[in-house]
Order: sequence, then structure tokens, then C-alpha cells
Amino acid sequence: MADTPIIIDSEKCRGCKKCISACPFDALYMEGKLAVLKPEECRACNACVKACPFKAISANVKEEAKKESLSDFKGIWVFAEQHHGKVQEVAYELLSTGRRLAKDRGCELAAVVLGHNVTDSAAHLIAAGADKVYVVDQPELAEYEANVYTDALNQLIAKYKPEVILAGATAVGRAFFAKVAVRARTGLTADCTALSIDKESHLLHQTRPAFGGNIMATIMTPNHRPQMATVRPKVFKMTTPDPKRKGETLMEALKLVTAGTKIVKAERNAANVNIAEAEIIVAGGRGLKKAENLEQLKKLADLLGGVVGVSRACVDAGWISASHQVGQTGKTVCPKIYLAFGISGAIQHLEGMRGSDTIIAINNDPNASIFGIADLGIIGDLFEILPMLIEAVEAKRKN
Amino acid sequence: MVDMTGGVFFCFNGDTEFGGRPARGQERGKAMHIIVCIKQVPDTTNVRINPETNTLMREGVESIMNPFDEYALEEALKLKDAHGARVTVISMGPPQAEVILREAMARGADDGVLLTDRAFAGADTLATSYAISQAIKKVNAHPDLVFFGKQAIDGDTAQVGPGVSEFLNFPLVTYVKSVKISGGTFTVETQMDEGVDVIEGNMPAVMTVVKDASTPRFASLGGWMEAKKTAIPRWGAKDVGAVPDMCGLNGSPTKVVKIFAPPTKTGGTRMDGRDEPDAAVEAILKMLQDKGVA
Ligand SMILES: Cc1cc2nc3c(=O)[nH]c(=O)nc-3n(C[C@H](O)[C@H](O)[C@H](O)COP(=O)(O)OP(=O)(O)OC[C@H]3O[C@@H](n4cnc5c(N)ncnc54)[C@H](O)[C@@H]3O)c2cc1C
Ligand SMILES: Cc1cc2nc3c(=O)[nH]c(=O)nc-3n(C[C@H](O)[C@H](O)[C@H](O)COP(=O)(O)OP(=O)(O)OC[C@H]3O[C@@H](n4cnc5c(N)ncnc54)[C@H](O)[C@@H]3O)c2cc1C
Repeated sequence: MADTPIIIDSEKCRGCKKCISACPFDALYMEGKLAVLKPEECRACNACVKACPFKAISANVKEEAKKESLSDFKGIWVFAEQHHGKVQEVAYELLSTGRRLAKDRGCELAAVVLGHNVTDSAAHLIAAGADKVYVVDQPELAEYEANVYTDALNQLIAKYKPEVILAGATAVGRAFFAKVAVRARTGLTADCTALSIDKESHLLHQTRPAFGGNIMATIMTPNHRPQMATVRPKVFKMTTPDPKRKGETLMEALKLVTAGTKIVKAERNAANVNIAEAEIIVAGGRGLKKAENLEQLKKLADLLGGVVGVSRACVDAGWISASHQVGQTGKTVCPKIYLAFGISGAIQHLEGMRGSDTIIAINNDPNASIFGIADLGIIGDLFEILPMLIEAVEAKRKN
Repeated sequence: MVDMTGGVFFCFNGDTEFGGRPARGQERGKAMHIIVCIKQVPDTTNVRINPETNTLMREGVESIMNPFDEYALEEALKLKDAHGARVTVISMGPPQAEVILREAMARGADDGVLLTDRAFAGADTLATSYAISQAIKKVNAHPDLVFFGKQAIDGDTAQVGPGVSEFLNFPLVTYVKSVKISGGTFTVETQMDEGVDVIEGNMPAVMTVVKDASTPRFASLGGWMEAKKTAIPRWGAKDVGAVPDMCGLNGSPTKVVKIFAPPTKTGGTRMDGRDEPDAAVEAILKMLQDKGVA
């Protein structure tokens, strides 16, 4: 009994059930007129302690001691990923979300930059919402290497004890944060699409898709710090930077481990993007009629910063390599935007792209199956719509 | 409470010793030892949620080897073909996960281990990485390479490979699409967000493999016959010396508090753009802007 995270005083309990609705873990139930704890479900979040109007529920002191050390952790951090000095957009998106979370939590928002010749970025990060920027500017950090980056961030965590740390769910963020979390022996929620601070427990509520986007899960890290999450790029909007914002830049000099691997060549350009990882896919099917028309798709994809995907019909016709094929025998994709031009929506195709956040389909057959899962379905001639859309996006860019 | 391993139940706590046939390369002297971690997952990600209980409905869904893990296995088998190596497959899961280990052996893996124990149930990626790294240490404290799939199609976190690299204290390379080795060093191509990197390092290392790697081979009939003969030991938490506090639900800092169906795509707005293509283009543009694109 004494080992349960919370203690219910049966003398004081009046059976009002307020604790039951307050508990986020379903860890309480009624036995007659008495609230009873399911200890194996309880996560010691203490929501019930606060909810009980009769002071019948108290936190176990032993658990409370642990809580106290948790309260040493303060502030929200955003890992500002940069490539060759250029901070990635997702860091700015996270700072705008971070501001909202910091306000709800009543705490500070900081950015962390690891790299070489990156100190200039601090001003941008402050303008984007950071109160503080921790900068580690050393040659060993010029290129991302998992072990060196993990070492650097974990040293900062140990020194400053942030309560929450966020990173973009990029190739770098997802891999290296998983190491950081293990080293810090804390939890990490992957690829989140929504974040909020719970009003009762002050914990970070992290919502993410799983099963290829077919289900959503809300996850918390109640008893470990920092609470860590990677966040999918382009989910949150950037706010306009305010160059007048004031903030503090803290330079940190660290003694770092040596790298386990080294990059000998980096061929980075948008054209190489693996469609399975892409955020925006402009896809076409047999409705394109011939290979040359794929050029139009490519043009739109380039304008939007996306890549070209196709149905198997296009691959079978020899218009494009199989690495672009979406579907059961191609790639499974879950981009933010999937634009489908002249694709009928065969089950084998849908299987590979139904996890997309937003599906826009253009097809001249009102009965095309693709319309069944499209967020926006346009009945129309792609040869009319596509050039107009390219023009409209170009015009937008010029303004 | 949601079972974090995705509804699997561990109920066998065996203590069979590590078995398996010796690899061809090994008989000739010092050969490489490659470990591949494979997960059993539902055959489709198209799972439904029971609206009353908000739990996953898995009835009637077949299980398969995680598709990314097939690519990881293929990279290991290609290295075995080229240089001679012992390839060991490890899976953590319920007793029925044994079939994917057999399948991997039928394709050419030399031996396999099943980590199965109720104590592992409900593990998040920290507890999963810990359990798997303990098993790896028991199989061989000094393997040359440890392969993972890029991610599992159910949990979708892509965190277990990096997590294991941390517990083993091995260098980590993620999103690998091809591997070459020479002496004690490796050269790999990795698929990053904006292109391909070439990375070098010394073994041992942990690598996670993407689907652009070589097409996985099929199991041969002979392979299946051979695989059936090999015993697959089942190890529990005690067998791998795992501390109970770091296993399963107890060892998992993250808690899934709720699962729910995403807003269903029953077809959203439909527009006839045949007469008014301008309005249609406008609607597309607006949607793109709302999503932060264009
Ligand atoms: C085992 C198996 C595996 C398969 N795997 C895959 C896979 O991985 N991926 C995949 O895509 N397919 C796969 N297929 C094939 C799949 O069944 C379909 O045949 C294929 O997806 C059809 O491609 P499509 O939609 O481009 O062509 P179609 O079905 O021919 O559709 C073309 C569409 O274009 C529209 N259209 C024509 N002209 C215009 C115009 N001017 N403007 C607007 N719209 C127009 C038509 O209305 C039609 O809906 C698989 C099939 C099998 C049997
Ligand atoms: C809806 C839902 C959401 C979840 N969200 C999170 C979360 O945000 N954070 C978190 O920490 N946990 C989360 N979990 C728990 C997580 O799914 C489990 O910890 C699972 O055991 C491993 O994670 P994964 O499936 O994401 O594997 P991944 O990390 O995606 O797998 C990568 C590779 O690791 C290897 N591997 C993974 N599992 C095994 C295994 N059992 N045996 C052998 N090899 C394996 C395979 O090679 C695989 O390709 C979630 C679970 C559910 C059901």
C-alpha cells in the first residue's frame, strides 16, 4: 500500500468521482462509494490530488521526492538544426510553437545551435522568439555526426536541465535525438504533429501519427526529464521574425568526444530526394498520356519544393524509373501534401499514399475512386488545370 | 493503458542456450559477425480503432516481417555472400514472432534468437533498445555490424536503431542505402533529406537501412528445410541479464495516454472544375497555402 504513488484516504472520500474524470490514465475506479487506485496504471501525475475537493487523495512522499528533482528542470528548448550555417526552417516553426508552450508553462524559451561558424544565427533565432540562445561553435561540429552531436547536447542538458526539448523530425533530428534521449534515460516521442501543455499536470501532451498515419496517439513523459519530442516539419507555421526582440546569446565551449564516422562526400540537392521521405509529392498517372507531360509535374514539384511520384501505369509505360512509384509494389509515402493528376485511385495505389495529410486529386472522371479519399477533389482536365496552377504559383512567388 | 509494443503479449520465458549452425566463413577463421534486428508487424498499416474502447483492432490481421527489416537483412546477406560472415537475426516479440526468424534463416541468416517475456511487454523505444542491446551483448559482445530497418511500419518511430547504438556505444549511421566493407572499415551511402552522403568509418557500427537498398531475395525451398532444423532459443529478461526496472512498461518513460482515429478521409470538398477552372485552381492554391506550402 505504502508503495503506491498516491494514497486515498477512505475516511475522507465521499465518492464524488471528480478524481476519476481528472485522471488521464484511467487509473482510478469506484468501488461502491469509494475511489480505488489501480497502482499499475498510475503514473503519479497527481491530477487527482488537485482534483479532490475533500483532500482525500495525497501524493506518496517517496514519489514526491522524485517530483522535486523533476522540478529542477526548467524551460523549453528548441534544437536549431543548421546545415553549413543555414538554420533549417523547422527550427523557426518550432520556435513559434515554443513561444506558445512557454507562455502556457510560464517559462523561458531557448534555442540550441551546434555547428561551426554558426554564431551569426543567434540573432535570427532571437528574432524568431528565443529568449536565450546556447551556441556551441566548434570545428568538430561542422558536419553532423551522431556521437559528437549527442555528446554536445547531453552536456548542455546536464548543465542547464531543460524541462522540454524539441527538434525537427528530420533525418538528423530523428536519429540523434533518439541517442540523446537514451543517454539522458528519458522518453522521446517521435514525429509529433501537435503539442500542448496540459493545464492540470503541466506536462507536455505530444500527439503523433503511427501505423502509417492510420492512427493518432497522445503521449506523455510524466516522470522523466527532459520531456523530448521530434516534430514533423511544416506542421507548425513560422511567425514573422521581430528583429527588435531582445535575447541573450550564451557561448559554450565543450570538450567533445571524437567522431565515429566521417562524411567523405555529400551530394545534396532537392532532386535526389527519396519520395518516401518527401513532404510534398506531385503525382501523376496514365491520365498524363505521355512521358513528356511529366515535365509539367516536375516543374510544379520544383516550385513547391516537392518531388514527383507516379502510379505504376507510368512506370510500366517506361516514362520514369520505378523509384518514383507510389503504392503497394512501390513506395509508401506520407507527405504533407499529395497532389494526384490523372490517377484513378486503384487500391494498390491508395495503399501507398492514404497516410498523406492532405490529398488533392484532379481527374476528369467524376467517379474516379481517388475522389473517395481526397480532401479536395477537382473534376477537370489536368491539361487545363496543371498549367494554370503552375502559373498561379509562379505569380505568387513573384509577389 | 495502451500496450506500447502494440498489443503483443509475451508469455514464454525460456532459457534455451544459444544455438545455431556455424557460418561457412567462420569455419575458415575469423569471419565477420553481423546481427540483424527484425520486428514482426501487422501486414497492413490500415488498422482500425474500436470506437468504444479506443484500442487497436487487430483481429484477422496477418503478421509479417517489417518491410524495412527485409532490406536490412538483405544488406547483411550480401556482405555474407561477398566476404563470408555469420548472420544472426534477433527479434523481440510474442512466441509467434519466431516465424519471421525462420523466414530470415530460410533466406540465408545462420541463426536466430527470440526475445520473449511478459516483462518486456509495454516497452517504449528506450526499454526496447535496452532489451535488444542486452540480447546482442549475450549473442556476441563484439559483433562487426548491427543492422536495423529504418523504422517499423507500426510504431513508426525509427528510434530503436539509434537507441541500441547508444547502449552498445557503437557509431551510428542512419538511412543507409548501400554498404561496402574493406578490412575493418566500411563505406556507406546514406539517404539524407536533401540527397546522398557517403560516409566512412571503422567497424563495429550500428546501421539503419532504407528501402532504396537492394531488393530482398526470396527464401529458397532448401533454405526453408534447413531453417526448420535449426533450434531458435527463447530468451527472457533474466537470460539476457536485463534489470527489471529498465524493462517493459516499468522501464518506459513515455506513456501512451490516448489513441484515436485521425479525422477520416471520406472525401472532402468536391468541385467541378470543368466549367470554372479558375475557381478550381484558386481552391488548390488556397489549400496549399493553408498547409504552409506555396
Ligand atoms: C499486384 C499488383 C500490384 C500493383 N502495385 C501498384 C503500385 O504499387 N502502384 C500503383 O500505382 N499501381 C499498382 N498496381 C496497378 C494498379 O492496379 C493500377 O493499374 C494503376 O495504379 C493505375 O494507374 P493510373 O491510375 O495511373 O491509371 P488508370 O487507372 O488508367 O487511370 C488514369 C486516370 O486518369 C484520368 N484521366 C485521363 N485523362 C485525364 C485528363 N485529361 N485529365 C484528368 N484526368 C484524366 C482517368 O479518368 C483515370 O482515372 C498494381 C497492380 C497489381 C495487380
Ligand atoms: C501508437 C503508438 C505510438 C508509439 N509512440 C512511441 C513514441 O513516440 N516513443 C516511444 O519511445 N515509443 C512509442 N511507441 C512504442 C514503440 O512502438 C515500441 O517501443 C516498439 O517496441 C519499438 O518502436 P517502433 O515500433 O517505433 O520501432 P522503430 O524504432 O521504428 O524500429 C526500427 C528498427 O528497430 C528494430 N526493431 C524495432 N522493434 C524491434 C523488435 N521488437 N525486435 C527486433 N527488432 C526491432 C527493427 O530493425 C526496426 O526496423 C508507440 C507505440 C504505439 C502503439
